[in-house]
Amino acid sequence: MSLWQKHQIFEKNSLILVIGVLIVISIGGLVEVLPLFYLKSTIEKVEGMRPYTPLELAGRNIYVREGCYNCHSQMIRSLRDEVERYGHYSLAAESMYDKPFQWGSKRNGPDLARVGAKYSDDWHKQHLDNPRQMVPGSIMPGYPWLAKTELDTREVAASMKVLAFEGVPYSPEMIENAEKDLVAQASVDSADADAMTKRYPKSQARKFSGLEGPVNEADALIAYLQMLGTLVDFKLYDGKANLR
Amino acid sequence: MTPAHQEDIDAHTGTATTGHEWDGIRELNTPLPKWWLYILYGTIVWAIGYIVVYPAIPLVSSFTPGLSGWSSRAAVTQDLADLTQQRAPMVDALAKASLQEIGKDDRLRGFALAQGRAAFGDNCAPCHGAGGGGAVSFPNLNDDDWLWGGKVDDIHQTIAYGVRSAHEKTRSSAMPAFGQTGILKPAEVDQVADHVRSLSGLPTDKTYDKAAGAKIFEENCSACHGAGGKGNLEFGAPDLTDQIWLFGSSKASIAEGVHRGRGSMMPAWSGRLDDTTIKALAVYVHALGGGK
Amino acid sequence: MAQSTQLAGSQNPLSKGMSAAEMTFAVVAAAMAFLSVYITAKTTSGPFAFHASLFALASVATVVAVFNRNMNSGGATIPQEIDGKPNYNYGPVKFGTIAALFWGIAGFTVGLVIALQLAFPALNFDLPWISFGRLRPLHTSAVIFAFGGNVLIASSFYVVQRTCRVRLAGDIAPWFVMLGYNFFIVIAGTGYLLGITQSKEYAEPEWYADLFLTAIWVTYFLVFLATVIKRKEPHIYVANWFYIAFIVTIAVLHIGNNAAVPVSLTSPKSYIVWSGVQDAMMQWWYGHNAVGFFLTAGFLAIMYYFVPKRAERPVYSYRLSIIHFWALIFLYMWAGPHHLHYTALPDWAQTLGMAFSIVLWMPSWGGMINGLMTLSGAWDKLRTDPVLRMLVVSIAFYGMSTFEGPLMSIKVVNSLSHYTDWTIGHVHSGALGWVGYVSFGAIYCLVPWLWNKPQLYSLRLVNWHFWVSTIGIVLYISAMWVAGILQGLMWRAYTTLGFLEYSFVETVEAMHPFYVIRALGGLLFLAGAVIMCWNVYRTIVTPAAETRQVPSGALAPAH
Ligand code: HEC
Ligand code: HEC
Ligand code: HEC
Ligand code: HEM
Ligand code: HEM
Ligand SMILES: [Ca+2]
Ligand SMILES: [Ca+2]
Ligand SMILES: [Cu+2]
Repeated sequence: MSLWQKHQIFEKNSLILVIGVLIVISIGGLVEVLPLFYLKSTIEKVEGMRPYTPLELAGRNIYVREGCYNCHSQMIRSLRDEVERYGHYSLAAESMYDKPFQWGSKRNGPDLARVGAKYSDDWHKQHLDNPRQMVPGSIMPGYPWLAKTELDTREVAASMKVLAFEGVPYSPEMIENAEKDLVAQASVDSADADAMTKRYPKSQARKFSGLEGPVNEADALIAYLQMLGTLVDFKLYDGKANLR
Repeated sequence: MTPAHQEDIDAHTGTATTGHEWDGIRELNTPLPKWWLYILYGTIVWAIGYIVVYPAIPLVSSFTPGLSGWSSRAAVTQDLADLTQQRAPMVDALAKASLQEIGKDDRLRGFALAQGRAAFGDNCAPCHGAGGGGAVSFPNLNDDDWLWGGKVDDIHQTIAYGVRSAHEKTRSSAMPAFGQTGILKPAEVDQVADHVRSLSGLPTDKTYDKAAGAKIFEENCSACHGAGGKGNLEFGAPDLTDQIWLFGSSKASIAEGVHRGRGSMMPAWSGRLDDTTIKALAVYVHALGGGK
Repeated sequence: MAQSTQLAGSQNPLSKGMSAAEMTFAVVAAAMAFLSVYITAKTTSGPFAFHASLFALASVATVVAVFNRNMNSGGATIPQEIDGKPNYNYGPVKFGTIAALFWGIAGFTVGLVIALQLAFPALNFDLPWISFGRLRPLHTSAVIFAFGGNVLIASSFYVVQRTCRVRLAGDIAPWFVMLGYNFFIVIAGTGYLLGITQSKEYAEPEWYADLFLTAIWVTYFLVFLATVIKRKEPHIYVANWFYIAFIVTIAVLHIGNNAAVPVSLTSPKSYIVWSGVQDAMMQWWYGHNAVGFFLTAGFLAIMYYFVPKRAERPVYSYRLSIIHFWALIFLYMWAGPHHLHYTALPDWAQTLGMAFSIVLWMPSWGGMINGLMTLSGAWDKLRTDPVLRMLVVSIAFYGMSTFEGPLMSIKVVNSLSHYTDWTIGHVHSGALGWVGYVSFGAIYCLVPWLWNKPQLYSLRLVNWHFWVSTIGIVLYISAMWVAGILQGLMWRAYTTLGFLEYSFVETVEAMHPFYVIRALGGLLFLAGAVIMCWNVYRTIVTPAAETRQVPSGALAPAH
């Protein structure tokens, strides 16, 4: 009986109750979250990861804006059928520059972690315009307005600056050339393309939507989709070294 | 819970209340249900056991690996290895056999079809349709009209390296943008479009000048599409006489193709899919109906 | 905050007798108005300009309202007690109750729309603002934060007053919490439609809405705590422990998960400071505990007041309350990684998430036992009182989803259920059955108490509501269980030769019939809620004398 009476200290003193609650709820989070920041094994060392190009970043922002993550995961789990269907299981390193992450929690559509280079730009363009034209059984909404909307590039450099401040390795040179790189990547045979590819290895420059005219939102979104999962070369990846 | 309070007994249950009342609400001082407590203890014991056996507790520079040494990555690697093992007899046979040999051996062929069907659904159907029926700008794979050849080896090459893909061995010719580059004037584009329609017996416009159209075609197009427009597998140039259209038969779409050029892209699968899967796909596509 | 400080001798008629609280609110709101106008003028984003102008209007309205209030009251203080009885402050509670009904209908309707969109994708109409990806967060926020949040805040303001036997602390502050919270919802919801989102599930609002919510939430906490501190009861009632845990923890979670740097003051866009795997862990530390503290602890508080009140029985076990309270809030915080099984989150964290989720089972059931067993001696009331029946069924659903949850936390089970509609089934057995029903039960109790009516307009209609929505829930969750398990099995199905059997779109096509059934279930649930609104409306507008008088104390507040 006496032990039960000890509880009165919480029932009679609201501040002690509040402090008690604060302490009790802090433990779990601290034990699970903090080590992820200092344990080296959390993010494996891989070759090839680089920050998004300005165009890809803009595309990613459209992906977020349209809420694609509500239907698509970008996280191939370490399960046999997922690896067979979608490719190598996702590594923590592959989303290390993702703010916020886009792993998703529901698959109304397939995983997109490695969709890059799987289809043609033209397919993506048509699929975004009208998914059921390409895949009759699809339940994905159409996004015809993307190709018709000019991309707002005014905040790309400022975005990169914020990301750099938060730890994404954007160099001052990258930030300075943000808009130039963006336009170069969305053009055919631009003179600036080489400089862009040098700053962002493995990036590709072309008019992704196939439409003439200024850079549109479909250009950016397709550029983003086409790079997903293409950075890490899994032929060089040592799975055994990265068990954790 | 002073003694005075304990005298406050709830009539229905016979249990003492805590003696407090809030807005008419009282609380019984019922002890914890035993079954509840035992299950709680049970789950705690189980959880401790689980934490001991599996990787669990983060430390300063690593974490407790657990007695079992289990890791989800090692486990999936093992699962995939088992699967490979299970398929090995057939896959090895497939890998060794040539495409022709596979075609002749019913067992191998059946196996290749099963594997091909599985890969086709997630990788090819989005472009070519679930049954290989194709769509505008994505060719039908079950008719006997082929851009790059309907022999199983041709099909295999197309699948492995793609068409106008990023692969170095890709099939790559494309149709020039005759209008955009100024090679043909708008009027000429118009004429040759009518000519193309005439090749498959489609009606032509009144403005169509037969001789002019044929001349333009002869000078610009026949190099790829052949003198009679019968197509050329070497360049992936479609047969224009067979009423099977990749981009549509309307004059507008033909004229647009001549103006802007044509050249749709098929990704290379070598690298993304393994070699036997690609072989199996070639056999599968070949068997869809149009294989030669 | 409650006493007004008389500024004696002041010449300004407006500031005559303005309390410190009134001054503070007026000054802060005026500053907000200027800032908002500045942003409206400077931003390059149309939607942000729209939001900033809403903020400007709201700030100006706040200033006007504060002065207006001061003029009308002439600076007089509101008495804490009248005739020795606490002068309870029901204004904000009434507002929150009505707001909950409004948002409930809105949220369920949007749920129905997205359910139909998954069955018939043409219903996206190729329009940006109503496409599935934008509407789905609108649905989750509308039901959880708008409907659930209003129920929680309103009920907490009611319960804390009654169980502490004092008037709510502050006069403007509770209104600021209530109105400000609903304003936040308007900002969040219209933001989603216009494409403003952080994409963090259940935390989608952008940085400025997050900051505003922080201010509201801190005020909420202070109002609640100050009321508890000045209580007339020696002990803090168990419902208030749960409310406090809910408010405190949500504040911690909200700040942790939303840590972000805006692109600029005039941009609606921000970037979360966490990245990749750490961000995933932060998100599900937040997301799981949004479930644990918003959808569970908060609603358990509601249960602890309304069930014993309605059943007129004492709470089953004080000791169980203690153990399950502390165990629940301790264990919940560990369970987040069960949302990340087999992902790139390190295995050790997944192990902890699973182990603690299993241990969480009994502490959750402690709440269920305490709720259900409170009925002992009053089970017969279930036959005659559909409101009590709703409350009891909600507890049963709570028990069911907190059994299912630990089950789904087991890695092998989760390898099947994750990413599928099984999760959706689990969510809605918790959401419709538990959160929905306990809220409906509480509202049915509250309305006659707040508007001083002897009873509800019609118990028959409550009965209708109960049955229609129960059929709806059963259709919804059974369809999703079948769909989810089928989906999970199809994804991993192998042919005898060892190849994947189904392509992804084949699994999408297989979901169609279940999506239709689910939509039908949703329609019934919505229909039930509409019946409820009618009943509540009639209860409020029917003069007290006209309602049938029943000599029962249960339906009237026990003053
Ligand atoms: C309502 C759910 C839904 C939403 C929202 C949605 N998708 Fe999809 N998505 C699907 C479905 C279902 C499929 C599979 C059928 C198909 O290919 O259309 C799919 C397929 C895809 C594919 C092809 C993947 C593959 O490997 O075959 C891509 C790429 C894609 N979606 C991108 C997007 C983008 C980008 C957005 C947001 C702008 C988006 N989706 C929004 C449901 C959705
Ligand atoms: C991004 C869309 C896309 C995907 C995915 C795709 N293809 Fe293709 N495929 C094409 C296009 C476009 C062509 C026609 C190229 C041309 O115009 O010459 C083509 C051509 C072909 C051809 C040659 C047809 C002919 O008439 O010669 C074969 C065979 C083929 N694809 C098989 C496959 C197989 C097998 C897969 C899956 C592993 C696949 N394709 C995936 C777009 C695609
Ligand atoms: C360098 C080779 C080349 C030349 C020259 C050429 N074409 Fe083509 N043509 C192609 C190829 C390759 C395709 C198929 C493109 C594809 O599959 O994406 C094609 C496609 C077409 C099609 C579309 C067929 C369909 O099924 O929809 C038409 C029509 C056509 N060409 C007409 C012409 C005309 C008219 C000319 C001359 C003015 C011409 N081509 C010159 C290579 C050529
Ligand atoms: C008319 C009633 C309702 C209908 C028709 C409905 C429908 C839906 C649909 C279609 C989805 C999306 C599922 C998917 O993406 O596959 C969803 C998600 C969700 N709903 Fe509802 N819903 C209803 C009521 C509620 C209520 C009352 C709540 C909470 C109190 C709720 C909470 C949620 C949550 C949290 C999700 C997200 C689940 C997840 O991400 O896993 N819903 N709902
Ligand atoms: C002991 C209690 C519970 C446990 C252990 C638990 C566990 C789980 C698990 C394992 C998932 C699936 C995660 C995934 O695979 O993505 C989940 C999802 C979810 N649960 Fe529970 N659950 C519990 C109680 C509840 C209750 C009472 C609710 C109330 C409504 C609820 C709401 C949700 C929601 C909204 C999601 C979806 C999250 C998302 O967006 O993915 N859970 N829960
Ligand atoms: Ca989710
Ligand atoms: Ca947020
Ligand atoms: Cu959870």
